[in-house]
Amino acid sequence: MAEKLKPVDVVIVGSGWTGGIVAKELAPTGLKVVMFERGRPQSTNPDFLGPQVHDALKYSRRHEMVQNVKKETITFRNDPAQRALPMRQLGFFLPGTNVGGSGAHWSGLTWRWMEWDHRMYSGTVEKYGKSIIPEDMNLQDWPISYHDLEPYYDKFEKVCGISGKAGNLRGKIVAGGNPFEAPRRNEFPNPPMTASQSMVMFEQATRNLGYHPFPIPTANCSRDYVNPDGIALGQCHYCGHCTAYGCEANAKASPHFLMLPLAAKNPHFELRTHSTVLKVNLDSTGKRATGVTYVDAQGREYEQPADLVVLAAFVTGNVHLMLHSGIGKPYDYQSNTGVIGRNYAYQSLGGAGVMLDKNTFTNPFMGSGALGMWIDDFNGDNYDFAKAGFIGGGGISCGQNSGDPLGYHPVPPGAPRWGAGWKKAMVETYQHTTGVGHQGAVMSYRQNYLDLDPTYRDIYGRPLLRLTFDWQPNELKLMAAHNEVCRRIAAEMAGKKYVPSSSGAGRPRRFSSVPYQTTHNTGGVVFGDNPRTSALNKYCQSWDVPNVFVLGASAFPQNAGRNPTGPAAALAFWASDAITRKYLKNPGSLV
Amino acid sequence: MSTRERHTIEADRRMLLKLAGIGLGVAALPSEASAQEDAPPAAGHAMPEAAPSTTPSSPPPAGYLFLNADEAAFVEAFADTLIPEDEYGPAGTELGVATFVDRQLYSGYGQGDRMYLQGPFYEGTPEQGYQMPLTPAELVRAGIADVNAHVAKTFGGNSFDLLQPADRVKVVTALEKDEIALSSVPTNAFFEVLFQLAMDGFFADPIYGGNKGKASWKMLGYPGVGQMYADKIAQWRNKPFRAEPQSIQDLA
Repeated sequence: MAEKLKPVDVVIVGSGWTGGIVAKELAPTGLKVVMFERGRPQSTNPDFLGPQVHDALKYSRRHEMVQNVKKETITFRNDPAQRALPMRQLGFFLPGTNVGGSGAHWSGLTWRWMEWDHRMYSGTVEKYGKSIIPEDMNLQDWPISYHDLEPYYDKFEKVCGISGKAGNLRGKIVAGGNPFEAPRRNEFPNPPMTASQSMVMFEQATRNLGYHPFPIPTANCSRDYVNPDGIALGQCHYCGHCTAYGCEANAKASPHFLMLPLAAKNPHFELRTHSTVLKVNLDSTGKRATGVTYVDAQGREYEQPADLVVLAAFVTGNVHLMLHSGIGKPYDYQSNTGVIGRNYAYQSLGGAGVMLDKNTFTNPFMGSGALGMWIDDFNGDNYDFAKAGFIGGGGISCGQNSGDPLGYHPVPPGAPRWGAGWKKAMVETYQHTTGVGHQGAVMSYRQNYLDLDPTYRDIYGRPLLRLTFDWQPNELKLMAAHNEVCRRIAAEMAGKKYVPSSSGAGRPRRFSSVPYQTTHNTGGVVFGDNPRTSALNKYCQSWDVPNVFVLGASAFPQNAGRNPTGPAAALAFWASDAITRKYLKNPGSLV
Repeated sequence: MSTRERHTIEADRRMLLKLAGIGLGVAALPSEASAQEDAPPAAGHAMPEAAPSTTPSSPPPAGYLFLNADEAAFVEAFADTLIPEDEYGPAGTELGVATFVDRQLYSGYGQGDRMYLQGPFYEGTPEQGYQMPLTPAELVRAGIADVNAHVAKTFGGNSFDLLQPADRVKVVTALEKDEIALSSVPTNAFFEVLFQLAMDGFFADPIYGGNKGKASWKMLGYPGVGQMYADKIAQWRNKPFRAEPQSIQDLA
């Protein structure tokens, strides 16, 4: 029997970006706030100090900062007719653990999603009519527009010191930025990062082809910066150990130093590490949360009563807690009813390799997580869906992340991957290759969803979360089309008719959970205007249990051709505003 | 600092490393690091040239933690087949790759400390990935015995390590292409785990026992884990930046 602790005002589950944001925004209220983190404490000093933090085996191969699947994992199948089986080793995505969550080991690409990304249904129907939407696609709008969120995007950019170049200032197109971006009120707080050789070549090639390249907005600071909260960020070292690593320079914006110290200014804030929240407890009516049950490092169970519960775990963690706690109706794919687990989406990737001549040098080890050039010419709804034959778009880019040989020792297509001739091929290639990649939107479908597994359990005895997901014809067409664009750009960069290899060609039709692809999962606890098709209202508040708010990309009804941290963080600021300005004054349903 | 003082420090460091059981392969590094510090200021970015070849100054540390003698012989032969001696450097075993594999198999990773190993177990689809109850260490151990049994049948009673190099290549190629059916474990699962371990032993920081003398880093022109490039990325654009690579132990 769990020991019952003294009640507090607010419980926050998760210490990553979204939990950190709400904790920081709640600090001035002086409320009793307890934040739970399943992992251990970690901070820049001493945990991210060099040289040990540049240990590629530890961080990028063994994933030191990522969820331990021995304790909690998911089960996976491609379609409902299959038996789902556990993901026994880390695979297609890498959800963070420890203080700061995924925000401590992320890459730092920080976007505002495009206007269309916030209204995919209306935006599509207005241009093409309802008939373009496949029968099994659950296409939905966000309940708020880009313009509602703009001030919060702006706030997050300033907090992080995002380095970039505006392309659309209050409706005026600005040279050097992204002409397709939604209007922004302010320039980025820091100038773009310094381009690598590969980026210069990508920029030239895409201009030659009539596209509109611009530097990716990064949460890797291009210069020393003090944010509006008075916290200093350092200049990025371009050390090439960013994605999957903590940052020794505090150049990579992360919640452990940008949010938690401010949350802790509240004398009634407490962070409990090594504490895994097992479920949200409900009263006898099922309409009010009474707090959470969690287990500490020693395996002892506690009940922590609270007036308000904020779920701010990774996408999979949020959906799991909602299902296991019985908040909201679980989704049933056959009847397309219920909301928890509905509208899960992943993200599609692909690209083409570029073999450069021997007089071109990339210095691949000079890089950062988000360093790159990008084009939006094929993203959002920037081209004709009716002609293309699919809905959604994607970003196409060339970046320079890491040249650490553990993960980066490319050889040309057809060269041996071991034995005689292999070392020669590597030596001749290491400085002379790059790639063009695409990251595509994925729509939500009836048959792609999350629920509880009937067989497998985590170490706490809870049913595992079960994912049912496969590529659908719409996304396969999008990937094929964008692979073609990548090949075109790659050929232009290589400066010859040579057709480079494509990492996207020959992609199996079925989605595989095995190789790492991207951590960008969305949906499962989506927000909306209709309680029959959404779990949350526009303030990320549960329709069914109004003293539960759920933050993060689990709220997005579809995935976009962009990274999700920007909108997830902006939405957390938006929801925090609703909590502090509206909910706390008059607790109850805000819609 | 005088040359004499440097050598004394280096000797002390060698002794410390030796006492710590780390081996001598990296002990020559402090002098290289010093050479950088001593470079005239005017040299700017002109870092010392990478050493022309990498011959470890000592054999790898004797002894294995996990592998028995037969398994060690197999892993050494496997590492040397994947990473043969050539004009770019020594063979895998000389670079500590077998030592790396041994240590990893006996580490948390090899023992499956972060794998979900609860049943029930079903074969599953390729898209569902690894579904066996075996840890990486158990998988590799079983696979080595299977391959040796196969080799004994097809090569007149020999084990893999006793084959001529050309025959080793044939066997590894057949394993990679999944053309040999192993008796107790799936060929592909075994091959990919041992292949990845051997590759990681060639490329990982030398602190793990492989990549002795930072051989693979020197070979590729990778400057190691200590460089910062904020002031170099523009200046060295489209020009090869070279520096004596630094490892974790060089900087710790």
